[in-house]
Amino acid sequence: MIVAETKPIEEIYGFIEPYNKIMVLGCGGCVSVCLSGGEKEVGVLTSALKLKRKIDGRELEVVEMTIPRQCDWEYFDLMGSRLDEVEAVVSIGCGAGVQALVKKFPDSLVYPGLNTSFLGVGEKPGVWVEYCQGCGSCVLGLTGGICPVARCSKHILNGPCGGSEKGMCEVDPKNIPCVWQLIYDRLKSIDRLDLIEKIMDMKDWSTATDGGVRRMENPEVFALEHKQQEDKEPAKG
Amino acid sequence: MAETEEKVEEKQPKQPVDPNFVPKIVAFCCNFCAYAAGDLAGSTRTEYPSNIKVIRLPCSGRVDTRLLLRAFEEGADGVYVAGCEEGSCHFAEGNYWAKRRVKNAKKLLDEIGIGGERLEMFNFSASMFDKFVANAKIMDERIRKLGPSPVNVAAAKSK
Repeated sequence: MIVAETKPIEEIYGFIEPYNKIMVLGCGGCVSVCLSGGEKEVGVLTSALKLKRKIDGRELEVVEMTIPRQCDWEYFDLMGSRLDEVEAVVSIGCGAGVQALVKKFPDSLVYPGLNTSFLGVGEKPGVWVEYCQGCGSCVLGLTGGICPVARCSKHILNGPCGGSEKGMCEVDPKNIPCVWQLIYDRLKSIDRLDLIEKIMDMKDWSTATDGGVRRMENPEVFALEHKQQEDKEPAKG
Repeated sequence: MAETEEKVEEKQPKQPVDPNFVPKIVAFCCNFCAYAAGDLAGSTRTEYPSNIKVIRLPCSGRVDTRLLLRAFEEGADGVYVAGCEEGSCHFAEGNYWAKRRVKNAKKLLDEIGIGGERLEMFNFSASMFDKFVANAKIMDERIRKLGPSPVNVAAAKSK
């Protein structure tokens, strides 16, 4: 799940300063689950912005809306023509949602209401922790299903380092467990300690963001119009 | 409580507050304790500030940040939530949820510029009508000291 945090009210307030009627658009996906961009948060942000504007002696009209997802085109249809009513939009979807909105409605002014942080898991109620870095070449098969790329402070592939103490990481001994300790314990419990003896090569970061903007294509679906053309070609044999 | 009162002393407006200022205060009261205590205060003819507008809730856990902010939007100068004593919520832990939400909303109010000290949470049982009255008075006194909410000040100016 994508985890995002609310931006300071002051910053969002700065974005919308010139406008008198805005839309606050929530997303029903990941950011709803991590309690930062759902319907309720739309309400709170709307109230906060309205109050701040009132203190400054101006009124602010807000259209509140939450769509199931902001990262897929079809859901934007649910907005109908509400977007035409407003001068700007504050999207509290993740960074992908904000950009999808801009791409779908190139004439609209869109501002982000969240700081998108990481791919994570809700470890306990109200606590989300980074579990995946989206590096593009998964090593979980060698580490018992626990990721050193995302969850080691140094991202080292052959750990632990000297900063591992009593199972915790020296970067934040209260909150960050040493992932290599976790990996060791896990591999021991599944009787695969042989895996830890394998030295992993230097990581090829070209599959991560270092290799440029990433894209994924599904050969069955990719560029459907083109495929339909291809389908019309006579079958061989 | 003392800490908040100190904060209130600090935050008092520089200009003297109009002595005729009667604050609008909204009290979100749990049906099983504070609301019943308010009832009892009425039955025993104990007077409490008449500018307190009581809103009855099924549990103090019903409040959320939006509800609290909405009260300020509608012109409240102060807001408080009154729930059961800790450990004796009718729904087990609604008052703890309310406590956390109030704490969070206080921070947000500071950020907005209204001031977190205009919001408070109290806990007392259905029989403690004296506490209902005392807390109403505490809040009334505090908001009188602080003066009208910045939202209402701005609204008055623009008229």
